[in-house]
Amino acid sequence: MIINSQNLTHKKLNEKIRSAVKSGINRIELKNVNGQRYIASGLKADVNIKIYGTAGNDLGSFMSGPEINVFGNAQDCVANTMDAGKIVVHGSVGDILGYGMRGGKVFIKDDAGYRAGIHIKSYKEMVPVIVIGGSVHDFFAEYMAGGIIILLGLDRNKKIAGNFIGTGMHGGTIYIRGKVETYQLGKEVSTVKFEETDNELIKKYLAEFCSSFNLDYRKIATQKFTKLKALHHRPYGTIYAY
Amino acid sequence: MESSASVLCKSSVSVQCIRKANMKKSLLFPDFTVTRDPDKCIQCEVCVRQCAFDAHSFDKEANKIETDNSKCVSCLRCATMCPTGAITVSEHQQNIKKNKNWTEKQLKELYKQSETGGILLTGMGTDKDYKIIWDHILLDAAQVTNPSIDPLREPMELRTYLGAKPDRIEFRVQSSEFRGQNKKLRTTNYELQTKLPPQLKLETPILFSAMSYGAISLNTMRALARAADECGIFYNTGEGGLPKELYKYGKNTIVQVASGRFGVDSDYLDVAAAVEIKVGQGAKPGIGGHLPGEKVTEEISQTRMIPTGTDALSPAPHHDIYSIEDLSQLIYSIKEATGYKKPLSVKVAAVHNIAAIASGIVRAGADIVAIDGLRGGTGAAPTRIRDNVGIPIELAISAVDSRLREEGIRNRASIIAAGGFRNSADVVKAIALGADAVYIGTAALVAMGCHLCQKCYTGKCNWGIATQDPYLVKRLNPEIAARRLVNLIKAWSHEIKEIMGGMGINAVESLRGNRLRLRGFDLHENELKILDIKPAGESM
Ligand code: SF4
Ligand code: SF4
Repeated sequence: MIINSQNLTHKKLNEKIRSAVKSGINRIELKNVNGQRYIASGLKADVNIKIYGTAGNDLGSFMSGPEINVFGNAQDCVANTMDAGKIVVHGSVGDILGYGMRGGKVFIKDDAGYRAGIHIKSYKEMVPVIVIGGSVHDFFAEYMAGGIIILLGLDRNKKIAGNFIGTGMHGGTIYIRGKVETYQLGKEVSTVKFEETDNELIKKYLAEFCSSFNLDYRKIATQKFTKLKALHHRPYGTIYAY
Repeated sequence: MESSASVLCKSSVSVQCIRKANMKKSLLFPDFTVTRDPDKCIQCEVCVRQCAFDAHSFDKEANKIETDNSKCVSCLRCATMCPTGAITVSEHQQNIKKNKNWTEKQLKELYKQSETGGILLTGMGTDKDYKIIWDHILLDAAQVTNPSIDPLREPMELRTYLGAKPDRIEFRVQSSEFRGQNKKLRTTNYELQTKLPPQLKLETPILFSAMSYGAISLNTMRALARAADECGIFYNTGEGGLPKELYKYGKNTIVQVASGRFGVDSDYLDVAAAVEIKVGQGAKPGIGGHLPGEKVTEEISQTRMIPTGTDALSPAPHHDIYSIEDLSQLIYSIKEATGYKKPLSVKVAAVHNIAAIASGIVRAGADIVAIDGLRGGTGAAPTRIRDNVGIPIELAISAVDSRLREEGIRNRASIIAAGGFRNSADVVKAIALGADAVYIGTAALVAMGCHLCQKCYTGKCNWGIATQDPYLVKRLNPEIAARRLVNLIKAWSHEIKEIMGGMGINAVESLRGNRLRLRGFDLHENELKILDIKPAGESM
């Protein structure tokens, strides 16, 4: 089903999506999307949505299940508190990508803004995964409590990440293709040894990432990865007097 | 010769050793003295088992129950449970030289910080001696010129609807004529044309405040949920998620979305009657939350989706809210996710600029503004923040209500006031000042057995409330606790009716914002101005 989004408010657009899903449609194309916010917000369904244009803030927030492909860029807060499903952006995204994300996958072909992957969390089999092809700004993976974030930095003309990486991090794993300087790291993280299991894990997600964007997996896989983990389980456990 | 040897030994230790020893020796002295009446004590060891702070122990060699006063927090669990009433807990008498400035409390805090280097933590609402404005506001009653109402025999309406009210409503009026026995009759039908925004229906203008799973035990949550269900009111999950077994109380549940996003998924949003975005809390305005790792057990780790034993970190700001416009974005993100079917509340702490903030919140699209005052409770907060930041709820209610009226947007959102409501008279005064309903937290906990020891942050609550230790959690029987809460709500509701009846008011709607029926006693002129009430003695 094709929905022409031109001149539709976010409310109208979402109503159309919801009623399509309700009537059993499982492939929807949104044409002429021009910054509409909250697309597929809270949507709980097994549906494939293709977005042509620029998706507005809060794309797929609280969503559980859909697979969304954005052929263009997306704005701030993509995958806010997302629960399950997949968002693939064939371009760049704004700030706070995947805030509080709890599950599912987010693949960004190019760059993400500030605070990408903030406070993503996990429990047992619910492990959110974010892969970013380009670079990120400051406070990457802030407060990270679980899950996996892979940063590729494919455009080598840019610095791969800003400063304060993993500030407040207390769980989960960050993989960065290539190196980051120590001064770029937050006080609560450190580089740890790369293991064989890490290789397998990266391989799996990289292959999926590359096939999403038609990239040559072999070219990307040549470079070594830096693995970052939280230094402590309780980064602020000692600042209080009991 | 033993004693002289020890003297010798002492004199030979190096200065450094003495320094070390001095550093180790705490300068703190106990807050409380526990006395056990030897005539009454039957050595049953109940107190030993009851105290999670290990204040009591059984000394096998001496065959005696011993008490370490320094560990007592005065939660009075042992004194209550002792079968013979042998225990008394009293303030520890140590003759620190009386000093209004450098009080014993100040000194102890200095000792503690110089020994640990840590930020002081505490629990519950501030205990500081600030003026309680409620106690300086007096209510009116009807005499001669208007009749009072007897609530026992006449209908009295406490039902309250929370949510946005439309600016105007439209009806369709349809009249039809029909033949009666010997004359023509007319009936008129009124049909509401305006679609009303979603509302929360409360049988009495009281809700249970947000208290999170993690800060409080599952049994405490069970009790709150059951009581809310039975009373036709609401309880609030706080920011720790909602255990699946409580989903059945969804229609009485307000769920929170806070900066840590703990436990927020689409089921959680779907099951609730309303969603509350937590921006701030009266006990700790401007700072985030750290649920201490001690309380992050396997179950808590599951609902919050963080590793066990880590501190659950709620960032100070929502990093997607840096402005009113951003707040609006989260409000609508949630409204979209819940199909515009539930009222959306935004909870903030009462701070200096609260009137303008509330106006912004309403304009951002919230249906309810929840304001938590200076005395709001908490499971854990830095003492300095709790005791020094924010403004009293009394002033905040009237400031916000006045501002929203002036701007002509008061109908667009309901106001829930929170922060230290102690009794039904406080509730009546709050509503007369302009609140639609109140949140009670501390009062509800006290109803369940809390003794305000302020040690919630340790996770060792002996009353089974603010703890995750299974041994302690089972002390709180959810059935009994729910019963006590229902009794409390019932009693307060009766009292509210009684007070309203005395004023000659038969519906809470007519009490709301009725500041004419309030008088200030012993209040400063400026306080009267902000409260917008007259001084006692001045007539209508
Ligand atoms: S609970 Fe009372 S009677 Fe039992 S050991 Fe303690 S003080 Fe004695
Ligand atoms: S909830 Fe428990 S720990 Fe907290 S003040 Fe009350 S009795 Fe003390």
